[in-house]
Amino acid sequence: MSIPILEVVDLHAAYGRIEVLRGVNLSVPKGAVMALLGPNGGGKSTLTKIISGQKKPTSGDIHLGGVNVRDAGSEELARLGLCTVPEGRSVFPNLSVEENLTLMSYAGVSVEAVLETAFAYFPRLLERRLQLAGTLSGGEQQMLAMSRALASDPALLLLDELSMGLAPLIVDELYDTVAQIAESGVSILCIEQFARTALRVSDYAAVMTGGRIVATGEPAEIMETMSDVILGGAA
Amino acid sequence: MSSFMSYTIFGLFSGAAYAIAASGLVLTYTTTRVFNIAHGAFGMVLSFVFWDFSVRQGLPLWLSLVLVLGVVAPLIGWFLQRFVVRGMGEGPVSVSLVVTVGLLVFCIGLATYVWPPEARSVPPFMPTSGIQLGDTYVTAHQIITILSSVVVAVLLYLLLTRTRIGTAMRASVDNPELLKLFGGRPDRVAALSWAIGISLAALSGILLVSVVGLDYYALTLLVVNAYAAAMLGRLKSLPLTFLGAMALGLLTSYSAGYLPPDGWLNDLRNVIAPLFLFLVIVAMPQAQLRVGQVKGIVSAPLPSLGKALGWGAALLIFTALLTGNLSTANLLLVGTAATYAMVMLSLVLLTGYGGHVSLAQFTFAGVGALAYAKLDEPNLYGLLVSALIAAGVGALVALPVLRLTGLYLALSTLAFAVLMDKLVFQADFAFGFNGTLQARRLSILGTSITSTGGYVLVMTVFLVLMSLFLLFLRRGVLGRVLIAMRDSPAACGTLGLDMRWFRVALFGLSAGMAGLAGGLFAGLRGTIGANDFQFFQSLPLLLLAVVFGVTSVTGATLGGIGLMLLPVLQSNYPSLAGLMLVIIGFGAVLLARDPNGLANLMFKIGRFLEARFAPQLLAKLPVLPGRGSILDEVDEDPLDASFDHNQEVPAHVAP
Repeated sequence: MSIPILEVVDLHAAYGRIEVLRGVNLSVPKGAVMALLGPNGGGKSTLTKIISGQKKPTSGDIHLGGVNVRDAGSEELARLGLCTVPEGRSVFPNLSVEENLTLMSYAGVSVEAVLETAFAYFPRLLERRLQLAGTLSGGEQQMLAMSRALASDPALLLLDELSMGLAPLIVDELYDTVAQIAESGVSILCIEQFARTALRVSDYAAVMTGGRIVATGEPAEIMETMSDVILGGAA
Repeated sequence: MSSFMSYTIFGLFSGAAYAIAASGLVLTYTTTRVFNIAHGAFGMVLSFVFWDFSVRQGLPLWLSLVLVLGVVAPLIGWFLQRFVVRGMGEGPVSVSLVVTVGLLVFCIGLATYVWPPEARSVPPFMPTSGIQLGDTYVTAHQIITILSSVVVAVLLYLLLTRTRIGTAMRASVDNPELLKLFGGRPDRVAALSWAIGISLAALSGILLVSVVGLDYYALTLLVVNAYAAAMLGRLKSLPLTFLGAMALGLLTSYSAGYLPPDGWLNDLRNVIAPLFLFLVIVAMPQAQLRVGQVKGIVSAPLPSLGKALGWGAALLIFTALLTGNLSTANLLLVGTAATYAMVMLSLVLLTGYGGHVSLAQFTFAGVGALAYAKLDEPNLYGLLVSALIAAGVGALVALPVLRLTGLYLALSTLAFAVLMDKLVFQADFAFGFNGTLQARRLSILGTSITSTGGYVLVMTVFLVLMSLFLLFLRRGVLGRVLIAMRDSPAACGTLGLDMRWFRVALFGLSAGMAGLAGGLFAGLRGTIGANDFQFFQSLPLLLLAVVFGVTSVTGATLGGIGLMLLPVLQSNYPSLAGLMLVIIGFGAVLLARDPNGLANLMFKIGRFLEARFAPQLLAKLPVLPGRGSILDEVDEDPLDASFDHNQEVPAHVAP
């Protein structure tokens, strides 16, 4: 078995004295799409923040492609090939679409390549290339955010709550894009409260609640056994 | 016609220099959200450095230019970003304003220390060459200045819109965390923009120095013109900033040439820039209501009534002891400290509780003093009327700037202070140019207080009364509304509070308090003039008030003492003054973490000591027979203030 692209070992994290992650163990195989599901306050977003280097863990290790990256800053990780799309709208509202795309070249791809890929996938962005990103609709902003995942050809893509505040139809479209990215061989960890859409595109699923991973497995069996936890009333 | 040409050329020249300074200001503001009040002061210091290199040490002109613009200035910018202003853009506006005010004061202090006053001059570039344009002679220096402003404008525009690092500069304002996730380095980007900004300040200073002369204040305050120009571009648009600077340069030049040399219009020519600034700010569109952030705005605890009364009495007794033993000169200093403390109390109300920064507090004190001296009614009635006049002026200032918040409000008060200083205080109907007025000491209910000691005591009584009034206000409904408005204007708006008249009243009350202090000060000094209330003095006042703690009465009192001591120590005990500056610097840097200032630190230490030692002390005290333990008693008797830290009202809780 090859080395997993992401391996989280016994990770603990806390906000002040409140412990949020209590020994998280998770591994994402290379080339796989893993959905991380769970109810509100389960620690999913904190885990994303720690993997992406925005927050320091109290103990535990994170390996990215076999390399320990526990103390790396988020900009270093981004240059190493981790692409994080944080929750909410991850665009710069006061820059134009084109300028937003320009900044994506920090991940190591030339500006021309970024523009070409983004406009090829989302012709809508080409129409609006000089518009300020803050004036785009929510779905268009997420397209812009996803362009970074598409264009930068990351080793691991970290998607946090892609569906937040979007119409279900647009969420479906976005997950089609996620499936396309996955087909190109990118490993994806996708964090989602709404399980069904995420499970549609994923190879594996993990369920997180109370700061621990409580189950991992194939999407179908997770759906069967853990539906009360992950659906939690909303699906 | 030829005079028109030459005024135009001179206007374009000064406009170009303002444009360079203003674009540096805009650059640092747009990339880090820190408005550098000290921008001009850095230009001043670096012009001195340039003089030092090129004239004193005799380095070649080009080499000194390269050294200043390419090495010294960028290093200063990098240092400032790295160690001083980092992370300040997200905090409250008052903190970043105060820290840059501190930098300004520091720059002037540094320049006077390193280069003591003497005659110095920097020759213009290529002084012998120039071209004849029609019948106007244009010097090479003027052409160089205008050309370099164009080059700066074009280069900056290209940097910000055409390059990735320039785009990252603008992106880091929106969301530095996201920029990191993109792989950018917000800190490096901010450092670069500060380096460029300070370099531009240096360039404009060096270009202007041959005209303005090497003067600590003139060069520092030229930045008001840059503020005005930058404000026209709303601190964002570089083209509009450039336009504003040119317009301002021409306007100043024409008004110098064509306004009649006598009458009030003559005074107007000195205040074109602040007037421009004020008008541009007033014409700004409504700021969006800010939604409250929990970060950083924790109020200092309110003392219980007993504690407040106790400390007030202690201060009075202490002053009474002092008045018995000090010489008249020292008593005057104590009185000055009381004045400063009272003006700072007005800042506690306005800035600490209300969240509005004012750079004109000393001007209001000046209005009070002027009214007191002019009324010539040295009694409580006269004092009250002067305070009311100051309050009226304060309310008048608040009216046109009702819609403004934060930085814009602060700058409009600065413009107002300059206007009052140049246009009103120096006018013939007021103090007159360099003139003074006589003011008599206060008499209360027919008893005249002639001795300086007695008068100082009366001032302290006023200080204590004012503090108690302020604490009373803070505990009541009004205080709660104030804090609510400061913390989340948006939430207050949704509750249906009409904030407009409330703000006018707040400004009025605060100005009235400052005016009362001014009136008392006039009585203390006997002679009072425009020089006592220069707008510049409001800057260290704000600095010390905030550093010592603008959210608490204790902070204001300490700040008043500190502001009085600073010049005294500087002339008598330079080493102690150094210590004082270190404390202020330390406090200013701490501000980013705790906006409540040094006073809050003292409270914390006090509470710690109390928690640590009070139980042992209590245990050693003999328990009186027939009563419960002392700790139980505290709960029953709210006036026993010695050990009742439980009863301090926490930040946002109603008493």
